[in-house]
Amino acid sequence: MLTVERLSAWYDAAQILYDLSLEVRRGEVVALMGRNGAGKSTTLKAIMGLVARRRGAVCFNGEDISRRQPYEIARRGLGYTPEDRRIFADLTVMENLDVGRQAPRRFADGAPAPVWTPERLFTLFPNLAEMPHRLGARMSGGEQQMLAVARTLMGNPLLVLLDEPSEGIAPLIVEQMANTIVALKTEGLSILLSEQNIRFARLVSDRVYVLEKGQIRWHGTMAELADNHEVQRAYLTV
Amino acid sequence: MTLNALLFQALNGLSSASGLFFVAVGLSLIFGVSRIINIAHGSLYMLGTYIAYSFATHVGGGLGFWGGIVATAVLVGLIGGLIEILLLRRIYRAPELFQLLATFALVLVINDATLAIWGPEDLFGPRAPGLRGAVELLGRHLPSYDLFLGALGPVVLVILHMILARTRFGRLVRAATQDREMLGALGVNQTLLFTSVFALGAALAGFGGALQVAREPANLATDLTALGDAFVVVVVGGMGSITGAYLAAVIIAEVKAICIGLGTVDFGLFSLNFSKLTLVAEFLVMAVVLIARPYGLLGRAQATVRTIAEPEEPIRPASSSLTASAAVVFALLLALPWLARSSPYLLVLGIDVLIAVIFAVSLHFIAGPGGMHSFGHAAYFGLGAYGAALLVKWCGATMGLALIAAPLVALFGALMFGWFSVRLSGVYLAMLTLAFAQIVWATVFQWEALTGGSNGVIGIWPPPPFDQANTYFWLTLVLAVGAVLSLRRLLFAPFGYAMRAGRDSALRAEAIGIDVKRVHWLAFAIAGAVGGVAGGLFAFAKGSISPETIHVGRSIDGLVMVLLGGIQTLTGPVVGATVFAVLQDTVMRQTEYWRALLGGIILLLVLAFPGGIVGAVMRLVGKARAS
Repeated sequence: MLTVERLSAWYDAAQILYDLSLEVRRGEVVALMGRNGAGKSTTLKAIMGLVARRRGAVCFNGEDISRRQPYEIARRGLGYTPEDRRIFADLTVMENLDVGRQAPRRFADGAPAPVWTPERLFTLFPNLAEMPHRLGARMSGGEQQMLAVARTLMGNPLLVLLDEPSEGIAPLIVEQMANTIVALKTEGLSILLSEQNIRFARLVSDRVYVLEKGQIRWHGTMAELADNHEVQRAYLTV
Repeated sequence: MTLNALLFQALNGLSSASGLFFVAVGLSLIFGVSRIINIAHGSLYMLGTYIAYSFATHVGGGLGFWGGIVATAVLVGLIGGLIEILLLRRIYRAPELFQLLATFALVLVINDATLAIWGPEDLFGPRAPGLRGAVELLGRHLPSYDLFLGALGPVVLVILHMILARTRFGRLVRAATQDREMLGALGVNQTLLFTSVFALGAALAGFGGALQVAREPANLATDLTALGDAFVVVVVGGMGSITGAYLAAVIIAEVKAICIGLGTVDFGLFSLNFSKLTLVAEFLVMAVVLIARPYGLLGRAQATVRTIAEPEEPIRPASSSLTASAAVVFALLLALPWLARSSPYLLVLGIDVLIAVIFAVSLHFIAGPGGMHSFGHAAYFGLGAYGAALLVKWCGATMGLALIAAPLVALFGALMFGWFSVRLSGVYLAMLTLAFAQIVWATVFQWEALTGGSNGVIGIWPPPPFDQANTYFWLTLVLAVGAVLSLRRLLFAPFGYAMRAGRDSALRAEAIGIDVKRVHWLAFAIAGAVGGVAGGLFAFAKGSISPETIHVGRSIDGLVMVLLGGIQTLTGPVVGATVFAVLQDTVMRQTEYWRALLGGIILLLVLAFPGGIVGAVMRLVGKARAS
């Protein structure tokens, strides 16, 4: 579904990512793990075309997207939910959803991707259903996080890049978010998420890539990582 | 003045308010989405008046007039779309100052194109078919067309409001105003959105201009006056707020109308002619509003703008080769009076160039390392020039005294205006400095008793031994070298570091104990004083000074010089001022269409050599060394 090969990225003159390769298969939830500053968010941004200077191949749904503009990438069915959510503060919940709206699409084999409407999203995120006309600026962090995910889903993506979905929100909502990710997986979506919290990652992911200093240090299944205390100690625990 | 008469003026003001609103709201929409201040917006308005004139006179009748107005709006909208596609699209990532200059270049080009197509005379359009009469109101006759215009403003406001609130296009516009990058990541093609918003804004300006055809003649000067009005309205109302734009348009139009209505009022001790205040009234309103509410009446502080322009390169101390070539140039200049004995004009040109260098270097000091893009540096040039000239005229001061006073007067003005200006940043600062410069200009222009009004001050010749071109040249040379070196020295002093730190990150600079506002205020004052030196020298070099030499054009010339040379280097403004002054004295005097020529040069500069001359040379040298 998504193959990244030898991806490097720079902010100005500083290189952040070094020859990073990874893969997400259809229907899989993959976690990018690592400490603060390891390059998790930058990886997702670089895949999405949001880093000005990057090198390497990004292949999505059988097509090279490494030279595409962010909007072209989004229109090929790659959804992106940023770490800081970036809700349009002056727009209401419904308006935010409408901005994310795209036409339904199909997977490469012709199977239809899940189609999202505000009504369906409101059953997935009941909190949002209670405030369709609230301004983005007036929402709590957890509510904004839900809206950010819902807004991405409005584009009917095939794969979602989810940057730190558990960060800065209440424990109850973290649990809800984990359930949501599992639900999205059963719908047939693939997800690449960045995460620092191994407990959250364990709840949702199939496989893991561990990053440090912009390079992949380890990869394997979630179960393998859970047993590998050495890797956890070296790259994850604070 | 009776209450009735005041009410009547107030009603009259509403029709002007609509005109202001149409041109300002487009500017505001465009800025909201693209973060570009479209200086050419007034030109689109002016084009609207001319095109509507052609429709009204060539097609004629109700169709030619009313249909013409609609057709004009569409046509100007198309022109706007074309401008966005051909020019603006290439400079969205350029530094803000480049965007301002590129659109200013369009002003020059469009003005000359209009001159070429329609000629220099004012063109009077027909009166509006169906609305020729007048309505009797409060015992006076109000033209029904004015009444119609007054009502049209709120109608357009409501329609725009509906579009922004209820349509997907409107939602995308509002989303783009907040975070365009995120909008792109959601699959929205911004290119299309930007073009359509620009076209919509342009169409509104064209519509506003077209509606004026029945009230005022089409005139080549309306581009800058409409722009000035639109600036003030947008800034007073708050960038990006369309309701704010209407509110501000009403306030400003009313203040103007009431100033005219009041006429001369006797206050017992003195009498004040309020109708003379109209030129400054709107800028006074703007200055007051910006001081009380820095982001306009209904505007909000810009949330951290996600900057997409490249960060500034640090400036570096002069290399030994640069020092050596500077010494050679200085020696050559010292010897110029002997070298140029056969062509005395060369010395006059040399004086012009050196004055331009002082002016450009002082502007660069705050615009480059200070990051304050002043659009009103002419004010300090003017204060210096008039300070010196008036001292000679009224007090019989000597040239030495006058040349010492020039920077002091400019310093005083810069301290006063700078105190307000440094509280703002970005385009708001650009507009406030412009407003202050406009106030200086209008004061000079209208205070005839003191300044001689539009005739200016004449007969300011230097006494011996400076009455000779060569001695005056040396004097100018010494002052120019002194200005360049001392400003340079300041930039490499702790003060200069603090100033640059404040530019790059005001927050972080404050966190390490730098009083950023104070540092920038002092820098602004120093730049103003040095600009005053240039003004004083100018007055004695020409023997006279008049309001047009200190008009907004000089501020823009200064910016062009700085960018022409390259804003990121210290040699840039010197080279830029030299090239510009020489070009102005030679090429531009040869053609009637010098504005289009200058505009073309600026566009070429912005699109092809964004680093300016010095930047381009340095890149070439760097490449040669690397290979």
